[in-house]
Amino acid sequence: MARVVVDVMLKPEILDPQGRAVEGSLRRLGLTGVNDVRQGKQFVIDLDGVVEGARLELLETLAAELLSNPVIEDYKLQVIEDSV
Amino acid sequence: MSVRVGVVTFPGSLDDRDAARAVRIAGGEAVALWHGDDDLKQVDAVILPGGFSYGDYLRCGAIARFAPVMHSLIERANTGMPLLGICNGFQILCESHLLPGALTRNDSLHFMCRDQRLRIENTSSAWTSDFISGQEIVIPLKNGEGGYVADDRTLDALEAEGRVVARYLDVNPNGSRRDIAGITNERGNVVGLMPHPEHAVESLTGPTTDGIGFFTSVLKSFVSL
Repeated sequence: MARVVVDVMLKPEILDPQGRAVEGSLRRLGLTGVNDVRQGKQFVIDLDGVVEGARLELLETLAAELLSNPVIEDYKLQVIEDSV
Repeated sequence: MSVRVGVVTFPGSLDDRDAARAVRIAGGEAVALWHGDDDLKQVDAVILPGGFSYGDYLRCGAIARFAPVMHSLIERANTGMPLLGICNGFQILCESHLLPGALTRNDSLHFMCRDQRLRIENTSSAWTSDFISGQEIVIPLKNGEGGYVADDRTLDALEAEGRVVARYLDVNPNGSRRDIAGITNERGNVVGLMPHPEHAVESLTGPTTDGIGFFTSVLKSFVSL
């Protein structure tokens, strides 16, 4: 069993109005010293078997082409084994 | 024989019927296409309508891009078939990489719905040849994620090559870079547009009838062949 976690974030140069709205709320609720808030997505994929070779390559491709949009987003893929 | 214009229905499409009606009012034959079927039914041109395909899950247009109908559509578009994406359709065209850039959350975070004034800046595309360059039109705009973004190099290239089809006037409703409301590909057959010309084809239901020009343009492109 394996777990693959893909984090997707807007690229730093892309405006994140949702993050900005959250930042405003954090300030209003009393948090001080907030410099910036960015909002992203996390995909947690549980799989049978091991993640390596062609399967890992396919996961990388899917993370780059389906789970994220390379025009506006960056992704980070981590494989966590024996987790489930 | 009349020109056959396909309109694709995805799960969650809203404006497919209005788009088909606009085609008929312009004098064409509207042909219903289904997202799960890669048969394009011998159409001459295709419209990807507005709405919320697949519930806008993941990203707007991201899942629609992989629908069976898109395989045939991308192939045909790459060989010159006219393809218009309106609103969600524009998002699908960007996700499919048929057009550069991406559409992001409106900078105001509000869903915008208004009659929007635009300037038509490119009259050589398959969908805008029936307008006069610099013509100002008013058509409805309604989107939550309509902010057009691309890197500066892409934006500069779009401007230099005259590929900005329409620009917002008066108000930039969604934070689009350089007030861009619509763009075309290098060949001029694929156009993406955030506002909705199909809702402005009859005086009874639209603010104007300015939108009809997009549909008459594509029909005339076949007559003149």
